[in-house]
Amino acid sequence: MSELTLLLIRLAFLAVLWFFVIAAVGVIRTDLFGPRTAPASPRKTPKPAKQAAKPKKGEPRQLIVIAGPLEGTIINLTEQPITIGRATDATLVLSDDYASSRHARLFPQDGQWIVEDLGSTNGTYLDRSKVSRPTPVPLGVPIRIGKTVIELRK
Amino acid sequence: MSSESDAPVLMPAKRRVAHLAMLAGAVGIVILAYANVGLALEGSVPAGMLTYGAGLGGLVLIAYLVLAKWAPWADPLILPLVTLVNGLGLVMIYRIEEAGGNDASAATQLFWTAAGIVMFSGTLIALRDHRMLQRLTYTAGALGLLLLIAPLLPFIGHENFGARIWINIAGFTLQPAEFAKLALAIFFAGYLVAKRDVLALAGRRLLFIDLPRVRDLGPVLITWGISVGILVLQRDLGTSLLMFGLFVMMIYVATQRTSWVLIGLLLFVGGAAIAGMIFSHVGDRFDVWLDASNPIYYDRTFGGSAQLMGGLFGMGTGGILGTGLGQGHPNSIPLSFSDFIFAATGEELGLTGLMALLLVYGLIVQRGMRTALAARDPFSKLLAGGLSFVLAWQVFIIVGGVTRLIPLTGLVTPFMSQGGSALLANWILIALLVRMSDSARRPPPQAIQDEGLTQVFSR
Repeated sequence: MSELTLLLIRLAFLAVLWFFVIAAVGVIRTDLFGPRTAPASPRKTPKPAKQAAKPKKGEPRQLIVIAGPLEGTIINLTEQPITIGRATDATLVLSDDYASSRHARLFPQDGQWIVEDLGSTNGTYLDRSKVSRPTPVPLGVPIRIGKTVIELRK
Repeated sequence: MSSESDAPVLMPAKRRVAHLAMLAGAVGIVILAYANVGLALEGSVPAGMLTYGAGLGGLVLIAYLVLAKWAPWADPLILPLVTLVNGLGLVMIYRIEEAGGNDASAATQLFWTAAGIVMFSGTLIALRDHRMLQRLTYTAGALGLLLLIAPLLPFIGHENFGARIWINIAGFTLQPAEFAKLALAIFFAGYLVAKRDVLALAGRRLLFIDLPRVRDLGPVLITWGISVGILVLQRDLGTSLLMFGLFVMMIYVATQRTSWVLIGLLLFVGGAAIAGMIFSHVGDRFDVWLDASNPIYYDRTFGGSAQLMGGLFGMGTGGILGTGLGQGHPNSIPLSFSDFIFAATGEELGLTGLMALLLVYGLIVQRGMRTALAARDPFSKLLAGGLSFVLAWQVFIIVGGVTRLIPLTGLVTPFMSQGGSALLANWILIALLVRMSDSARRPPPQAIQDEGLTQVFSR
């Protein structure tokens, strides 16, 4: 085997190795920037249809925990309601003595997200006011549950 | 139900195509590396290439199918990245075996890889909900402690290379510390979920850090005592550092208090310094680390710096682009197939290859940390954070040792070094991470009724 061939194989191998690393970073890019491009999968077709069904602008996409023990947690919003509380089957499980097991619920309705207190002991607060009936949640307004503060973001 | 599951779910997607493509890429790179070794050593593609390639590919495919069935929402990157590292380790061991390295055996390593993938699949199938581990908090703690002290017991304990870290059961030698790190991570996670409030809130503020109360120092002092015990009795600086680092990191994650890290660092550095002054085998390590090129240490027959310097010379010879696979002299470094596999890889793949390798490790850890961030309950957060940290910490300790950044300790390079216990334990670790990432990325459970005050929750 000639020196030159081996040199070329060596360089090719390193290039392939780095290509793999870059491809891996490409796969997780959606983590950082969200699904900006549709994933290259056969299930591409239903997605644009469903996005068109929803009003696009001003619609929250993520629920972010901005304070409390779970700070930094991000839940991507779907059409499913989100339950919050100490119960282990809640979507967001709080370990907080000031939260009830089924504390509050967030659900989408007509393109808006509604927060509803589920009869908690210490109450749910939207900004400064206590939530007594199902109330629409605007973008970026903090919801306080015990020591945890969450808000909706785009 | 079917109309419900068609409901729009934007993210996270399962990414099956990406997952399979990355897996194929990883196996392809390993086969390419294998062919490269054969071409360089014998001038022809090695005869066993198809066997090894098909063997690794088949094993990984089994792992993928198990994952797709039992953890469909799991992260699409963890398995391909681990496959790549494991495969490159196999190639390096094969290459060292061909060059005449005694004790290096690619066939054994392939067997243990298979066993590891069986453990991976078994863990995924058996453990449907990782939160049941929380109930085993104290069982896991006791098991971890038992595994740690097992090598000290008579009859089954076994001493090798001056460290007493092996046990001998029915002809198999095991390194129980590898499994202990899993059990202890589960214990620390469960314990800290229960106790973190008192560790995080009680105490007073002094200058710029919050100091804990003296009586709350109990757990950290006990862990410190155990890790110093390992250092002194088993002569194993690596495991000692691994366990203590894991505990300090997890207590920091649980409480967000910098003072725990400072206390931990001071305790460990103090303990290690005193141990270095009192016990000669610890002191030897420090001498070799600080003054490796001194001929006194280089020529010393036991505990000398020849091995360390050999690794450094190897990486120096490799330079930026390396000598090329199969064209270096990794067999001139003692233990180049286990402790020094990183240096051997560095010689043949150069800085460029090592950086890629470290990035792959970094990405595995990043996926684990990402799982911790996305997890919805505190136990999973702590466990995922702890397990991925332990992987990163292990890579840091051994790579830091080989590159003379910190004193050299005999830890394995995860997934690369030859050794059955480490491969099994690390594949189980990856199975736990995959299980947690599956539950973290799974869309929230669907309500049975659309609206209404009462809801039926399915467990």
